Amino acid sequence: MKAKETKTQEIQSVPSKKGEIHPMENLLRMDRMPHIWCPSCGIGLAVTAFASALEKANIDPNKISIVSGIGCTGRVAGYVKLDSFHTTHGRPIAFGTGIRVANPKIKVVVFSGDGDLIAIGGNHFIHAARRNIDMLVVCVNNFIYAMTGGQVAPTTPLAAYATTSPYGCVEPPFNIPYIADSSGAVYVARWTTLHIRRLINSLAEALQKKGFSVVEVISPCGMYYSRINKLGDGLDMMKFYHDNVEIRHGEDTKNLDIGFQTKIICGKFVDRERPSYMERYNQWLSDVKGGSRDEG
Amino acid sequence: MKADPKGVLTGSHTLTGNHACAEGAFAAGCRFLGLYPIVPSLEISERFLERAPEVGATFIQMEDEVSVLAAVLGASWTGKKSMTVTSGPGLSLMMEHLGLGIMLETPCVIVDIQRAGPALGMPGRPAQGDMMQARWGSHGDYEIIALSPSSPQEMFDYTIKAFNLSERYRIPVALMSDAYVAHLQEKVVIPPAEEIEIEPRRYYKGAKDKYLPFKRDKDFVPRMVNIGDGYKFHVTGLTHDDRGYPVMNEECQEYNVHPLVWKVRNYVDEIIEVQEAETEDAEVIIISYGATSRAALKAMEQARKSGIKVGSLKLVTVWPFPEKRVAELAKKVKAFVVPEMNFGQVVLEVERCSYGNANVIFVPHGENGVENTDDLLSAIKQAVQADKVESVIIEFNKGV
Ligand SMILES: Cc1ncc(C[n+]2csc(CCOP(=O)(O)OP(=O)(O)O)c2C)c(N)n1
Repeated sequence: MKAKETKTQEIQSVPSKKGEIHPMENLLRMDRMPHIWCPSCGIGLAVTAFASALEKANIDPNKISIVSGIGCTGRVAGYVKLDSFHTTHGRPIAFGTGIRVANPKIKVVVFSGDGDLIAIGGNHFIHAARRNIDMLVVCVNNFIYAMTGGQVAPTTPLAAYATTSPYGCVEPPFNIPYIADSSGAVYVARWTTLHIRRLINSLAEALQKKGFSVVEVISPCGMYYSRINKLGDGLDMMKFYHDNVEIRHGEDTKNLDIGFQTKIICGKFVDRERPSYMERYNQWLSDVKGGSRDEG
Repeated sequence: MKADPKGVLTGSHTLTGNHACAEGAFAAGCRFLGLYPIVPSLEISERFLERAPEVGATFIQMEDEVSVLAAVLGASWTGKKSMTVTSGPGLSLMMEHLGLGIMLETPCVIVDIQRAGPALGMPGRPAQGDMMQARWGSHGDYEIIALSPSSPQEMFDYTIKAFNLSERYRIPVALMSDAYVAHLQEKVVIPPAEEIEIEPRRYYKGAKDKYLPFKRDKDFVPRMVNIGDGYKFHVTGLTHDDRGYPVMNEECQEYNVHPLVWKVRNYVDEIIEVQEAETEDAEVIIISYGATSRAALKAMEQARKSGIKVGSLKLVTVWPFPEKRVAELAKKVKAFVVPEMNFGQVVLEVERCSYGNANVIFVPHGENGVENTDDLLSAIKQAVQADKVESVIIEFNKGV
């Protein structure tokens, strides 16, 4: 087996003229641009917000690892210049749990889609929340399975169309903040990709939080969700968010259901303290041993 | 490299196979266990957890075996040698991440204490029904390394061997044991740490911004780095180039996946270990692995006493299969007798590698007790009486 030259090329940085460096060059893999996301997709906005939040929260980029599952959002890990893992469909939280428990000095961020985290990965989501694993989960919710071309997701609103709901979705969707809250997450917020400044603040806050934090990002999918439902393009979706989002910090998470083209309630809903998994683990360890592992 | 004395319980002990496995893991340098409880593997986890604080190891009980192996892979990338232990139903759930482990070339050890299946089967009954699943169970093309211990001492020794192989080849390694060996209690000698050879992880040492996670070194294996060491690397389960970036074309599929196979196939002579006894003049050779090797060796002695020249080939490494050696021996013997606690799995490999040069008699084994030799002896007699080579596996028949 001979190695082909084309594949062993050195890592290249995109050539940039002096003074023309992309402001996030140090946090993004510029050698992978252009990215795969469609025009009008909101995932890029969520990534930009995350990169800004990393800077704002002053997190050491060498001590943070980002894990994604599979899907359009699952590609995020591949574009962020951190120790990054593109894993299996639905399992990034489990993969990240292993990282965090094996090395509590590493901050773990899971960046994935609603189908990945709440359908196939739903069990891992609730258990990581219950354990209160130190982890920030960014869940991009576009109400659809986008990567596979627009099938029903666990978040697809009742009556919305998808390729696998040709007569309108008959399953009620999950309310993600409510699951996160009732499973034990210590920080739960929801924003849309229109609310970039608030999203950045939330992500920065969540990054500094000890324990399981969830930020849901409602995002337009012009290609697969809006088109089949005749909702216009990305700009129309942003306009919809502008007109229909109501910000209600501290709202009871029970009240956060999203219907088809109904009002979307955003805000920070949960911000509380609860011993994290590593805190309890270390407590147990010092009880049995009188010694302790590294605090993370 | 020598073993870290912290994990080595030097001395002579009486241990069950499961406890010996936990001690082997510690001696090998394993410092992370992901688990989901299942009979008959539980005592490995229990022993590991009990001793973890003094050894300095970490563990987590996950919500299922899917997440267990995902967590083990994540842990391995932090630089900790990592493992999980399970049985058939759990192994089935692990197939997804066995594939990811292969694709991300992540060292780890999966211990499978086989029990009777299918489905829930009989949790306490020993079996060897997962051998082909370990080899082929995950989708796509790959090679795997699997070892099979036949005693508590071998549970200790081969657990270390499994970790060493997984680091050397950057591959998940399966330790395929069974409920019999797992619960058998025997003397286990644990040598001093300085006598235990440990394969260290092969790390990349170059410039931080030049690291390529899948660039193969001279030994065909790419070098690793740890999460948190500042390399900012990316890896993906998609077909990828040396940088770990997805590339969706035919050429890269070959470039990526062929080495996953050849990094094992090119090194079979280094990887494969078999134990031969009295094969020199043998007319019949019993090919066995794991618990059935115990009966095989006994049957060999008994047959020799009654004047039949029987030898034994015990597979320490079941995967990759020692095809060259079996092909050589096939030309010299009348027949192979293959006892397995299943309805015929590894025997298919024996037949394939015999190329029609020897009869292959399959003995579904264990019904009368794992160490009972009655069926084996009858099969041996049948083997010497046969006067021509059949073109199919001869199913041992109790009536004969
Ligand atoms: C085990 C498995 N089943 C199914 C798939 C196919 N698949 C790929 S992405 C995806 C859905 C992703 O949806 P979501 O998480 O909402 O992400 P999005 O693409 O919308 O960002 C599915 C079903 C897969 N890759 N693996």
